[in-house]
Amino acid sequence: MGRKILFITTDQQRYDTLRCNGGTVARTPVADGLAAAGIRYERAVPQSVVCMPSRSTILTGQHPTTHGVWMNGVPLPVDAPSVAALLQRHGYRTALVGKAHFEPYLDPFGRFTENSLARLGAETVEQPWADGSTGPHRGFEHLEFATHGTAAPLHYTMWLWQNNPSAIGMYYPVLDPAYNVNGAGGGATGAPQVHDNPIPREQYHTDWVADRTIGWLNSLAAGDDWFCWMSFPDPHHPWDPPKSELSRVDWRDVPLPAGYPASRAEREAILDAKPRHWRMWYDGTLVSNYEAPKTWVPATLTDDQVREVNARNAVEVELIDEAVGRVLRAIEARGWAGDVDVIFTTDHGELQGDFGLLFKGPYHVDALMRLPLIWRPAPSAAVTPDVVTRPVGLVDLAPTFSAIAGIEPAGWMQGRVLPVSDADAGRRGFDSVLTEWDSDLFGVDVHLRTITRDGWVCTAYRPGYVHDGSEGELYNLTDDPLQQFSRWSDPACAAIRSDLVADLWDSQPPARAEALELQAPV
Amino acid sequence: MALVRREIVIARTPEDVWRAIGDPAAISTWFPGIVTAEVNGASRVITTASGLTMPEEIVTNDPVRRVFEYRITAPLIKDHLGSIEVTGAGDDRSMVRYETRCEPDTIALVIGGACGNALHELRRQLESEPVPAAAEEA
Repeated sequence: MGRKILFITTDQQRYDTLRCNGGTVARTPVADGLAAAGIRYERAVPQSVVCMPSRSTILTGQHPTTHGVWMNGVPLPVDAPSVAALLQRHGYRTALVGKAHFEPYLDPFGRFTENSLARLGAETVEQPWADGSTGPHRGFEHLEFATHGTAAPLHYTMWLWQNNPSAIGMYYPVLDPAYNVNGAGGGATGAPQVHDNPIPREQYHTDWVADRTIGWLNSLAAGDDWFCWMSFPDPHHPWDPPKSELSRVDWRDVPLPAGYPASRAEREAILDAKPRHWRMWYDGTLVSNYEAPKTWVPATLTDDQVREVNARNAVEVELIDEAVGRVLRAIEARGWAGDVDVIFTTDHGELQGDFGLLFKGPYHVDALMRLPLIWRPAPSAAVTPDVVTRPVGLVDLAPTFSAIAGIEPAGWMQGRVLPVSDADAGRRGFDSVLTEWDSDLFGVDVHLRTITRDGWVCTAYRPGYVHDGSEGELYNLTDDPLQQFSRWSDPACAAIRSDLVADLWDSQPPARAEALELQAPV
Repeated sequence: MALVRREIVIARTPEDVWRAIGDPAAISTWFPGIVTAEVNGASRVITTASGLTMPEEIVTNDPVRRVFEYRITAPLIKDHLGSIEVTGAGDDRSMVRYETRCEPDTIALVIGGACGNALHELRRQLESEPVPAAAEEA
């Protein structure tokens, strides 16, 4: 019997939403407890700041350039490498419960397994694997899917239909009548994607994900080794937690985020000093990410709207924390507590008011790139709790799962087993991490390459719709923790810029042989 | 109205490729996600794997120019024109261009993406079949 793995992801959660990371709004005692008993990472960086590429990196252990999912709407091939398949082949029982999103949601042709599995009533389906064999879909022998609300025909939607059909319409409608991401506002302030959801808390998707995870765990034999990816759709927008829970955080009491410059003039001056697409999105003249509502203009954002979005987000974070606590108690009840590794992270961050912006896009700053990451090794492994400040990436998760299971990380994995201390990270050369952005939405293309190293974040732009390829951003994370003042054009930083840019291009991962096509907007 | 264009080179003659494209009822054999296609004159009704039924109007089916055009007339779509053109690409190869003009724009991406995937499936099917004898001799 080996170590078991509970892998917890949330969706679009900022680093500073956890108390253990300095957050002040949401109460997160469960995550804080895991951090105190394990390793807390202070500079965990995604390889993409949108869902599908980032989640594909987690599963494959590869950078987006290599696995090929270059933007949302590009499906990860079913025979892509998968750490779940590796574990399953070595005898692990494997499950993914909650949000997968390796395949597009908008799928009227029903082409993608994620959208058809609930209808088929099957736990999984047999698919080709990267090694030429076949096995359960992406290595998961049990799959139960949920996403934000009820728009997609996933297991959670079907479950609601059976248990409380009236709740289907209680969620915020994520798409507007033109099938664009909805920009309609709600709540007390009219903030976009804020909505009062009367759904009973126990039927909300966060609790459903925890319930179904517990259900699967309880179906296993005591001696099974298992890998369970419990994937919460929150706190990704829409911000529509159960109305009954809103009193947890009064939005009027929420402080404005440090990254939200106090005056409009200050916000706009900061944006004007950045590459053009920042200000163009703020003014509503350029939308480069489908998930940013086309009809919403960030310049209209008010202080109160920022407060309310942060309050709703905090409620969702608290519900997740409590759901995780429930699952941990179920694991303890099975007698597994000493042998379970718990890893908690997210796929990418959320702007949440920083720079006067919400949602996400081609903006490589901490709001989107600094992630919560906690590894609580199995107590039986007797790893000393610590804090790692050196940069690590989500690309390092797949080899870490392999190592926990006692399996040599596969050759196709591009990351390394996560370090357990700064000393360990230093010995093994955890010096830098890469992030990339490519998008092409209705002719608007944007291409960024970023390296995080030595306390700097350096982004170089490739030519695109509004960039000529000469642009860049350079932030000193110590002097400018909010990344408000780029040093890209500062002569005093010319040497470090040149060194980082050279390292960035020298470190680019190999590209997938055949480019994958965009097949849907998300 | 958005335009999504996908194209692919298939190592078969335009005549061979057109045999699949020009038969409007055959679309369910090479377009993943379309499970049935019923043709009645210039009308075609497709059913997708998700259970959606979409009525279509066949606008052009020209074996000389090897152009097939159709409109989806389902209510979720304001305007649509799908166009498939097969041209020679030398050495018994064909270029197949599949264009989707559609409003709303988002649906153009969804349909255009599915069409691109269908071209890959069409190539896979045709290239896995033995080369027709006449073409081999030629």
